[in-house]
Amino acid sequence: MSAPKSLFTKGSALSAGEMLSRSEAQAFLERVVKLSKAETIGAQLNGGYQGNIRFAANRITTSGGVNNSQLVVQSGYGAKHAVVTTSDFSPEGIARAVRQSEAIARLAPDDPENLPLLPPQQHQSVDAYFESTANLTADERAVAAHSAIDAAKAAGDLAAAGFIIAGTNYNAIASNTGMFAYFPSTSANYQLTVRTNDGTGSGWAGADHPDWKQIDYKAVSDRAIGKARASRNPVAVEPGRYTVIFEPQAVGDLVQLLAFSLDARSADEGRSAFSKQGGGTKIGEKIVDPTVTIFSDPADPQLLGQPWTSEGLPLGREVWVENGVLKELQYSRFWAQKKGVRPNGGLGAVKMAGGDTTTEQMIASTPRGILVTRLWYLRQVDPRTVLYTGLTRDGTFLIENGKITKAVKNFRFNESPLFMLNNLEMLGRPERIAGTESGGNVVMPTIKVKDFNFTSLSDAV
Amino acid sequence: MTTRRDFLKAGTAAGAAALVIPTLVRAESFAARAPSAPVPAPMDPAVKELLTEALNAARMGGAEFADARIGRYRNNYVITREQQIVNVVDTDTLGVGVRVLVNGTWGFGASRDLTKSGVVAATKEALAIAKANALPAADRVRLAPATPTPDGRYVTPHTIDPFTVPIEQKADLLIRANAEAMKVSGVKFVNSNMFFVKEEKNYANTDGTFTTQTVLRSWLPFAATAVAPDFSDFQTRTNVMQPAARGYEALLAAKPVENARKWGEEAAEKLKAKPVEVGRYDLVLHPTHLWLTIHESIGHPMELDRAMGYEANYAGTSFVAPPREKLGKFRYGPSIMNIQGDRSQEGGCATIGWDDDGVKPDEFLIIKQGIVNDYETTREQAPMLDWWYASQKRPVRSHGCSHSDSWSDVQFQRMPNVSLLPGTKDIGWDDLIAATDRGIGIVGDGSFSIDQQRYNAQFGGQLFYEIKGGKIVGMLKDVAYQMRTPDFWNSMDMIGGKKSYEMGASFFDGKGQPGQVNAVSHGCVPSRFRNINVINTGRKA
Repeated sequence: MSAPKSLFTKGSALSAGEMLSRSEAQAFLERVVKLSKAETIGAQLNGGYQGNIRFAANRITTSGGVNNSQLVVQSGYGAKHAVVTTSDFSPEGIARAVRQSEAIARLAPDDPENLPLLPPQQHQSVDAYFESTANLTADERAVAAHSAIDAAKAAGDLAAAGFIIAGTNYNAIASNTGMFAYFPSTSANYQLTVRTNDGTGSGWAGADHPDWKQIDYKAVSDRAIGKARASRNPVAVEPGRYTVIFEPQAVGDLVQLLAFSLDARSADEGRSAFSKQGGGTKIGEKIVDPTVTIFSDPADPQLLGQPWTSEGLPLGREVWVENGVLKELQYSRFWAQKKGVRPNGGLGAVKMAGGDTTTEQMIASTPRGILVTRLWYLRQVDPRTVLYTGLTRDGTFLIENGKITKAVKNFRFNESPLFMLNNLEMLGRPERIAGTESGGNVVMPTIKVKDFNFTSLSDAV
Repeated sequence: MTTRRDFLKAGTAAGAAALVIPTLVRAESFAARAPSAPVPAPMDPAVKELLTEALNAARMGGAEFADARIGRYRNNYVITREQQIVNVVDTDTLGVGVRVLVNGTWGFGASRDLTKSGVVAATKEALAIAKANALPAADRVRLAPATPTPDGRYVTPHTIDPFTVPIEQKADLLIRANAEAMKVSGVKFVNSNMFFVKEEKNYANTDGTFTTQTVLRSWLPFAATAVAPDFSDFQTRTNVMQPAARGYEALLAAKPVENARKWGEEAAEKLKAKPVEVGRYDLVLHPTHLWLTIHESIGHPMELDRAMGYEANYAGTSFVAPPREKLGKFRYGPSIMNIQGDRSQEGGCATIGWDDDGVKPDEFLIIKQGIVNDYETTREQAPMLDWWYASQKRPVRSHGCSHSDSWSDVQFQRMPNVSLLPGTKDIGWDDLIAATDRGIGIVGDGSFSIDQQRYNAQFGGQLFYEIKGGKIVGMLKDVAYQMRTPDFWNSMDMIGGKKSYEMGASFFDGKGQPGQVNAVSHGCVPSRFRNINVINTGRKA
């Protein structure tokens, strides 16, 4: 152990129970900035409390509560810079982090793409902090978990496995250029898988919202149990191109992958699906079906994201795809300056606009197709076309003559969300989904597409 | 630690026929030039006092078992592209995690407040959570016994602690390597990084175990991208160096400056490679590729928590379940297939002295001569297989697979190093190519995806070589193979010998909720698989 002894005898600058108010965070960061001897300093402080409960095979398995915070210090000298993070908030620990970042920055070679820290910015206000979540107790988490465990146990032929995590978060930044921003939020997420004890059926459901009161855990339990029962004894149907109805969770997984590939620099450099042959980008070109609009907006009541980037750049509404046309790519501050355009931040929260077709109407309109609950293990196969592979999971059904007729074995697909959104037929109402493989706040509609490419069958249930 | 003789005895006791198990892969066999093993220091008395404080508070609060971990987890990154430094990052986190077992129910609390009151508060949080979740008697946790270690000390064998190497040296090595790759015609971009991990972990439990360990890991991710002059195609050569639990010397041994031009040339050559024709091929898989297939299709399904349904909501379950129907019965592959689990191979990313249950891990055969023989276990899990160990006259003991990725996360079962043991014949990559009439040789790991029970998988790679009449005749692109796990492993008909053994590794194996990462290595030899389904992944945008 190479931490100083003093750490173990003196109290930390912050207490445990960590949810700093705006003024506390500001005072803390001002002290950090004052310690700096570098030409520039940018500091970030984030943390909170997260309580969780995990259960499987109809019993609670692990459960915990974690208080944590970290300080991130970036020091700069001209075009040299370095970042140091620490969770040691004793006065010595903070000073050590500042000095360490200065020492490394001095030694670092020049970064020719270095930009000055931002001056103070105007950030919009987003209220994503809910007392119902902040005050949630271990007992209340256990009650929610038991609503699924008890229902599965009572059924006799089901096993419930799930996870609930809820807590508080704060994030604050400050710099010697006068920047300060603070964003408090809460988060609550519940995901549940119910399997049939004969091993032939599995159903999944989930819910996510900053406000615990919006997590209808009974509804989640009912949905997962219903899917588990309906998915028993799946039959094999030939892989191939199918009309597919994707529930919002599956849409989120795929559309988020498209959003991740919207980097402008890669497109300009010729190594992106949005590079134009011969040079340049595809901005302004139609890339998907004209009914598709994809945007980010921290203030959208379904998204409620942090309205600034880690550099303090304000995040507003950014429309990436509008009526099927690529409107924007994501420009970092450096690349925006180089190209003479406006930097437009990151892609934390993403929403796809929807229509008003219900899932039932989509099913009724389908002579033969597949209904997909969610997807799993998505990995890029070819960045040139945003081609991904992955599998269906926890509720895959055959539609025949406008009705769900049977459960089918899971499929592997090799498909690009670009191709999928070119084959769009119907759109449902957007819903906040309970976490994609990559995480983040994501709101997606149910969609119906034609000619989706399933390439093989999986025996996995 | 279990030895080869112990395994042979166990086999004989079970009445197996004369076993021809290749020598188990032991640390010594890799120590071509053994790094000096730094002498581990004893536990810091201040840390020991805090750990003892937590255990006392847990006992007072009614815990029948408790353990506490105080850890400092540091990462160092140097990030470059082409001829510039993108960033230099040092992360450092320090805190305590306390786990208590009250009436057979776990509770966990964690805090970065390393004062007596902070440690006691985390313990009280753990006790309160355990009490809020009290399990019915039938579901209560039972722990396998473990021999207490009152003064355990371990340090990853290494020559150069990467945290002592000046930043300019690290940056200079990367920038020079990038420059070499950029000399290749067509190579337009190079991204290279250094990534180092140092974990100083202190553990104590109410059995009387106190261990202090320093674990190091090093990696040099590198990617060269070639772009066609008309922007019609781009290809990347990456995953050139495998991560390892070693010091800075491992990066120097990879000779990035000397090899970068070759890596760049491989990226450029991929632009000109012939698209693969779909169909069935014999595959000759290099250890730099096969390690990942082992990880996904053997390492994960042989985790006992998956087989018991504990990971159903996230990572998934296992097709190798239930254990009663599989242990000693299920044929995973041919009799030349022996798969070892261990946390002892030198350089193995999962290698440690003691696990996060306080157990000294052993070496165990997960698959013996093609048949399922054991699962990866913790102290909580080993008793679930007591019937099997009794039938094998083996003790009920954990294989030491308990791991947490930080002080702030609760420990659970994670993958040890899981390795394909070498064959008895002294053959290698070239011999397998020469013996193959129509096939594809695959080097390096690429895209990977597998279902939640680990049946259906699809793997890409880095370099694909067309084999005709026992010779490599050119490079292919857009190759991926699809497989069903037991069919794939049963098609393996040739494996390399000891000299061809190499380790591959992942720094980021994800599992659990909240998600945790684990670093793990997989040793293997070049191996041939017959008649595997190959698809073409090329499309037109």
